Amino acid sequence: MHNDKIEEISKSLEESFKGISKISDLENLKVLYMGKNGQITLLNSLIKDVPNEEKKEFGMKVNELKNTFNTNYEKLKEELEQKEINEKLNKEAIDVTLPGTKIEGGSAHPIERIIESLESLLMSMGYDVVEGPEVEKDLYNFELLNLPKGHPARDAQDTFYIKGDEYLLRSQTSPVQVREMLAGKGEMPIRIICPGKTYRRDEDDATHSHEFTQMEGLLVDKDITLGDLKGTFEEIAKMLFGKSRETRFRPSYYPFTEPSVEMDISCFNCNGKGCNICKNTGWITVGGAGMVNPIVLKNCGYDPSKWNGFAFGFGIERLAMLKYGINDIRTFYVNHDIRMLKEFDRREY
Amino acid sequence: MAISLNWVNDYVPVKDIDPVSLANKITAAGINVEKVSSNNINNLVIGHILECEMHPDSDHLHVCKVDVGREVLQIVCGASNVRAGLKVIVALPGAILPGDFEIKKSKIRGIESNGMICALFELGLEEKTEETYNKGITELDIDAPIGDEALEYLGYNDTLYELDLNPNRTDCNNHLPFAYEVAAVLGRSVTMPSVSYQEIDEKVEDLVSLNVLTSNVSMYNLMIAKDVKIKESPDFIKHRLEVAGIRSINNVVDISNYVMLEYGQPLHFFDKDVVGDEIVVRMAKPNEKIITLDKEERDLGEDDILITDGNTPLCVAGVMGGLNSGITDKTKNILIESAIFNPYNIRYTSIRLGLRSEASLRLEKPLSYEFCKLAIKRACHLLEKYADAKIVKGIVTYDKVDKTEKIVEVTSKEINTILGMVVENKDVERILTNLGFSYKYENDTYTVSIPNRRQDIYAQKEDIIEEIGRIYGYDNIKPTLPLIRTKKGEYRENVKMRKIVSKRLRSLGFHEIRTYTLTSEEEIEKFNYQFGKSIKLLRPMLKEKAWIRQSLLPSLLTVSEYNKSKKNNDIFLYEIANVYHEEEDHYKESTRVAFLMTGKYLSNTWNALDYKVDFYLIKGMVENILDYLGLKDRYTLFLSDNLPKEIHPKINSEIKIDGTPVGYFGKLHPNVSKDDVYVCEIILSEVLLHKSSDVKYQELNKYPKIEKDVAFVVDKNIPAADILKEIKKSGGKLLTDIKIFDIYTGDKISSDKKSLAYNLTFEDNTRTLTEDEVMTLFNKIILNVEEKFRASIRDK
Repeated sequence: MHNDKIEEISKSLEESFKGISKISDLENLKVLYMGKNGQITLLNSLIKDVPNEEKKEFGMKVNELKNTFNTNYEKLKEELEQKEINEKLNKEAIDVTLPGTKIEGGSAHPIERIIESLESLLMSMGYDVVEGPEVEKDLYNFELLNLPKGHPARDAQDTFYIKGDEYLLRSQTSPVQVREMLAGKGEMPIRIICPGKTYRRDEDDATHSHEFTQMEGLLVDKDITLGDLKGTFEEIAKMLFGKSRETRFRPSYYPFTEPSVEMDISCFNCNGKGCNICKNTGWITVGGAGMVNPIVLKNCGYDPSKWNGFAFGFGIERLAMLKYGINDIRTFYVNHDIRMLKEFDRREY
Repeated sequence: MAISLNWVNDYVPVKDIDPVSLANKITAAGINVEKVSSNNINNLVIGHILECEMHPDSDHLHVCKVDVGREVLQIVCGASNVRAGLKVIVALPGAILPGDFEIKKSKIRGIESNGMICALFELGLEEKTEETYNKGITELDIDAPIGDEALEYLGYNDTLYELDLNPNRTDCNNHLPFAYEVAAVLGRSVTMPSVSYQEIDEKVEDLVSLNVLTSNVSMYNLMIAKDVKIKESPDFIKHRLEVAGIRSINNVVDISNYVMLEYGQPLHFFDKDVVGDEIVVRMAKPNEKIITLDKEERDLGEDDILITDGNTPLCVAGVMGGLNSGITDKTKNILIESAIFNPYNIRYTSIRLGLRSEASLRLEKPLSYEFCKLAIKRACHLLEKYADAKIVKGIVTYDKVDKTEKIVEVTSKEINTILGMVVENKDVERILTNLGFSYKYENDTYTVSIPNRRQDIYAQKEDIIEEIGRIYGYDNIKPTLPLIRTKKGEYRENVKMRKIVSKRLRSLGFHEIRTYTLTSEEEIEKFNYQFGKSIKLLRPMLKEKAWIRQSLLPSLLTVSEYNKSKKNNDIFLYEIANVYHEEEDHYKESTRVAFLMTGKYLSNTWNALDYKVDFYLIKGMVENILDYLGLKDRYTLFLSDNLPKEIHPKINSEIKIDGTPVGYFGKLHPNVSKDDVYVCEIILSEVLLHKSSDVKYQELNKYPKIEKDVAFVVDKNIPAADILKEIKKSGGKLLTDIKIFDIYTGDKISSDKKSLAYNLTFEDNTRTLTEDEVMTLFNKIILNVEEKFRASIRDK
């Protein structure tokens, strides 16, 4: 008789779970079976009427029933909870195609981008980055660089003088080299690059600017060769214009270097076949360089029989124009349109 | 100005070399050939007019039978001077004349015509003028070889090189020096032009005396050519001058130019009968005047070298002759000058007078005394040959040239080390020989003497090594990297500061710009914050670019306004640059950073998210940067009435670090901008003086913190920072954070009051605080603030 009761509850239990689709119904069911007056709970009170020899078996059956209930209950509860979460998620759906709220990044000026690329390469090769004054002494800008007074290249037509012929706006970054050498007192090896603003009396047009940016490098050490200069230039050329660039030196003239060279790269646009950019020569001149003229070493306190070295220089605007395809040098200095600047909010390759 | 290969061929054979490959070789050696052009016309031959009849159907056309060598052609010709017996230039069918005019077989008024008899102007070899047109077809010498190429016969078929020379090698604009370069790259030798002539039995020193009174002349030569016949130049001279862009005048004048284009030594010809028998060379006196060839009166000064007859100025040396002393149609006897002046004087004078000529440009460079002497003799040779001149014996010379030979010693090892490539001794020797440098080789050392014509070479081994390198070819250099000690490259301190600030500003959303240092008188005074005496250029190009700026804000503002005009309304810009001012005895540099912000900092259009730039945003930017620089708790930002007039007097702050003013920020004054524009300018080089230390990790507090809120009602004009300072003081070490979380003005309190609500955090990193001790401290704070600011506590 007691066993019949268990049997009966067991059967109804199975049916009861089937119809439930809400957590609240499930909780009600729990009260119905497992609550204080729940059907399974009440079975415990029957035990006193069970004959002693059957008590143990009866107890086991009741426990079994409890376990069955709990297992079903837990399983269904989890299912229902997940269902509820899913419903909530569905309700939360948004239109992900609407525009994002963008925190705008700033950008480096194209000139700065080129300078930073060159700096990171050359600093990795041991060059310090040094700056010097733009209002400079004639002595450092010209005289000690083997450009004595009266030399055509230092004509007052080309240089902004400030006071008499003593002070000027530097026409090149080379005076920084002079200052470094003087500071090195003929004893310290030198490895520097010096980016900075320079000035010449040019009328502004698409290819000329009265203010522009140079970056020169100077290495003074022992037994340095033109081959070392070429190797260094090759690193720079490949970094800026791609691994497949070839380089070439052409004889040139600068008062502060001897021998002097023009540094060319194979045209990145046509790979040497000839196009507008390289004026059909297959080559593009990107800078000037040479072995430091012993006269300059001597002027700056270095004994040319012990020391030698090389110097190189780039016009940063020219590099930027080539690299980014900018056609007018004035773009770098006037009418900075924010939309144009934003184009440069991108990593450098 | 171009180099004629025909002309070069007079000195070194080049006809067997492809002109383009020769140009490449010369260019690789540093003599940059920019353009190669040819004037050759195919199917242009010398013809002989055998018969010439009137055209049956025309009153001016003729029908000619012309022998062109391999056949006799019938050609119709309209020129007035056409007649039987002439040797002429015939364009055969297939010839393409200038203007893409192709000659074809045709019929002219019914008569077959198989070519065209040409005038030089039709071939583009002469200007088309009324005069050349009226001359009709070109009549060649009667012994011109029938059937030969006409241009070649005339010396007109030529290849021209346009050069772009390095400033030290402008001598190569002249044919002999250029020929030496050709000889060097081809391994050939140069044949010098003839300088021989017959002398007549008169001595030049009997006809002219020379007195040089200035040290700005290093060589001055005079010779005399008598009884010249002024006439047209021979064709080859005319043509060659034309190539060089020099107009043919007459045989005598042309010869002086021709010799200049050979040697690079300008000559000057005087009419001997005008100048008399004395030449005095001296510096001009102040206020002295001369009327030059172009009939202009020129004011002279003490830096101009003057050729005189003892009294009257005859010529501004190297720059321009006087009106009456030059060569005219009536000139019989010529006084020839070949001289070397101080290049600086020539350059100075020619620039000052605005008279830069082919001659002055050459005299501005150091010249060879050997060529100076050869050139005058060469002129005599040509005058005798082409102007029937009689050359007076001897030469009057003033000579102060330092003739010390330039000798350089260089070892093969030095050559190889500096070039970074192996050049065998045999190659070194071949190159030196081809360059025309004589040398001795002993003990592995070359002793090289530099020829006088190479004025560009300085007597040091690097110059010789460069010569060897450029001829051997820099393409042979193998790229290597210096074998020196490795080290890490570093930014110098000031550069580092600039980079740090620059990158931080970029990450905060600012775009870097670069603007001009030079500015106008009007702009130079704007945003005057800690300015010194402004620097003005001595000779500005434009008045808008005459001053060196001291603030970056004026140009930042210009860029901002430009963007506004382009309807870009959200603008975030910065610039970092050096500025300068004048001090007693030097120029002072400082580095400034300026930034500008206007519009929305953060926004999204569809959901009306909109964070507009305001004072507190730019203040936050400033705090961000200063904190990042490690200056937290060392700077103050207070309203200042000492800021530039362009700044809002009530919405600004001056930035002080350790009590020193270094910059400011604020809203632009409405007089400057109607928009809400916020700007900041900081003197970075000042900031750099305030050293900061590296990050030191502080272990976070493990003990609980206690927070208390309080709101004070105070007078409206009391700055929040003053109250904050008092709270901080009263709170001591246990008060670790203070936040303002509400500011209220309005109905609930008196109209001259405001309520400031603070959230205070108390903690101790060694123990747990008790409520009691915090309350004691909290009450003390409240009491102190109440007393100091006559504040009251605001309850709900």
